[in-house]
Formats: sequence, structure tokens, C-alpha cells
Amino acid sequence: MAQSTTLQPAAAYTASADAPRTGTWDGGNEPFKASYGKLMMWFFLLSDAFTFGAFLTAYGLIRHKHGVFTGVAKDFFFSTAHWPIPEKVFNAFPGFHGLDLPLAFVALMTMILIFSSVTMVLAVEAGHRMDKADVQKWLLWTILFGAMFLSSQAWEWSHFIGGHEEPTRMADGSLFYGANLHMNQYGPPLFGDLFFFITGFHGTHVFSGVVLLIWCFIATTNGTFEKRGHYEMIEKIGLYWHFVDLVWVFVFTFFYLV
Amino acid sequence: MSNHAEELAMHPGEIAKPNTGWIWKTFWVLVAVTALEFLIAFTVTSPGLRTFRNSVFIVLTILKAFFIVGEFMHLKHEVKSLIWTILVPTALLVWLVVALVTEGSYVGEVLSHMFS
Repeated sequence: MAQSTTLQPAAAYTASADAPRTGTWDGGNEPFKASYGKLMMWFFLLSDAFTFGAFLTAYGLIRHKHGVFTGVAKDFFFSTAHWPIPEKVFNAFPGFHGLDLPLAFVALMTMILIFSSVTMVLAVEAGHRMDKADVQKWLLWTILFGAMFLSSQAWEWSHFIGGHEEPTRMADGSLFYGANLHMNQYGPPLFGDLFFFITGFHGTHVFSGVVLLIWCFIATTNGTFEKRGHYEMIEKIGLYWHFVDLVWVFVFTFFYLV
Repeated sequence: MSNHAEELAMHPGEIAKPNTGWIWKTFWVLVAVTALEFLIAFTVTSPGLRTFRNSVFIVLTILKAFFIVGEFMHLKHEVKSLIWTILVPTALLVWLVVALVTEGSYVGEVLSHMFS
């Protein structure tokens, strides 16, 4: 502090800078009773909710812009004239080739993600008790479930892109399998685009979450949080992880159920 | 639920017993609601009940969101001002969805009559 530009003597300056600020408008009180890090995570998640909200809003608008299939579900056929019924598109399960198992794989993915949320809270709870071994155990389970979800999504994508056994006859008479960003065999081109963007964006979030959790696991193992005296980092990453689960709950309803 | 941040008098180096009852309770609620959603998806298939079915799905989704955000993300146990800080902007988002879904129906209607 030798270069201090104030007119105060150096010693007095240092003393006032080091003293904790306790005034109301000096950052001395915490109106939300939450730490800086956790608050910032909440605000980030709120902004992220706007991103996903924009995706789901666009999905709602585009879906309502397209026609609805009016007949009964068993007479349904793929056409660009109406929006596809999700359970006719997502009806495959790895290892059960050729069987019609509507939404079964999505159900499994949903369960994996809910389970990962539970192991995440268990890790946070273990952190509150400063139980390093338990934190490690539950973080590993969460990483495992996260990786399982990502692999499931990879399979889901490759199946969506590869297409069903039966091709769809397109308007120009050609037969088409699967999907790309320009056209797909299931319905209007935007159906495929929205699938790729919404589930892709969610998958990217899961991937980032897994990376953060792996970092948390390494830091826990090295004793970083134990030395720090608290496991708040696990709580903050936990907030992010639950948010990703929350987004999936909405994606699941609006993309697969409705 | 006061069991979230229970502080017990402890000797240094001692690790408290896990308190996980509320976590598993929330888990079973989420599983039950998801199972109910699947049940509805496969039993209520008549086209006439589509609006009713979708409304039920949306209510159940918000119920699940309530448990995830309230219990797992602990928001239910934060101070009121933080709860409202998160909920009010999200409520505006809900309005946006409703507004643009309605708009979408009109766009579709206008496009279908464009050339006739």
C-alpha cells in the first residue's frame, strides 16, 4: 500500500481496509441470508431459465402454428401436414429392436435424472456433516447417473437421426429415413430442429454439470473443502444440477407427453 | 421442516448421523407423480379429452417443479424476499408462454387461409 494516493497515513489506511465492513450499505448485512456464491448461482439459474423458457415458448408457438392430427392415435401416420404424436416417434428401446414401446426409454432417462438429483442432495447433506467419505460416495453416484443420462441421450439422438424401420414417403415421392436439420421423416422440418436444439441444449447442460461434479470430486478427495471448513461449493454445483433436472421435467412434459 | 439444518452439539472430529428421511420422501413423491403421468398418457387417449389431459400434465409438472425447487434446491426454506426474487420473473415467463402459444394458433389459422 506504499503507492496509496490517499492523504491518510499508510497505517491508518491499511487498518480501515482490513476491518470488516459492518454498515448496512457497506455490505455489512445479508438481506437474503444466503452467501454471495449461492445468490449468484440463483441469479444465473434464473437467467438460464429464461433461455430454456425461450426455447419452450418457441416450441409452443411453432407447434400451435402447425396442424394437429385429429384422428385416433392408432391411425396416426407421419406427415408434414400435422405435428407428430411423440409416442409414435419415441417408441424404441435399446436391445428391444422392432418392438413398439412408446416413451419407455424416456421414462428410464427421467428416472435416471431424478435419481441423480437424489444422490446430489445426499452429497450436499453429507457436506453439511463434514463427512468427506460420504460426500465422495454420493458425488460418484451422481457422476455415474449423469454419465448414464448422457449415454442414453446419445442413443436417443442416433436413433432419431437414423430413423425408424419404415421410411416415410416425402412430398416429392422419395423415401426418407430419420432426421437432419432440413427434413425429417416424423413431421414438419421444425419438429426435428426443435428436438435437436432443446434436448441438445439440455444435454450440454448435463455435460457441464458432470464436468463440474468431477472437479468437485477431485477437490473433495484432495481435502480442499475440508481445509476451507465448509462444503458450500457442493451446494452451489448441487443447485445447478437440480436445475438441469428441473428443465428435464419441463422438456419431458412439453416435448414427450403433451 | 426444521430438520434441514439441524446443528447438534458435537465433539470435534465426530461425524453426525445422516438425516435423509426428507430426501427419500421427496424422491418418492417425484416417482409417484411421474408414474401417474405415464398412466394418464396411456389411458386417457380420446381426442376429445386432449385439452383436459394436457392441463393435468401441466399441473403435475408444476407440482414436480415445486418439490424439486422447494426441497432439493431448498428454496422453500430460504427467506421470503429470495423466494419472491426467483418466483416473480418466472411467473412472467409463464405469461409469455401462454401469450405466444395463443399467437401460434392465430398464425397457423392465418397461414391456412392465405391462399383461399
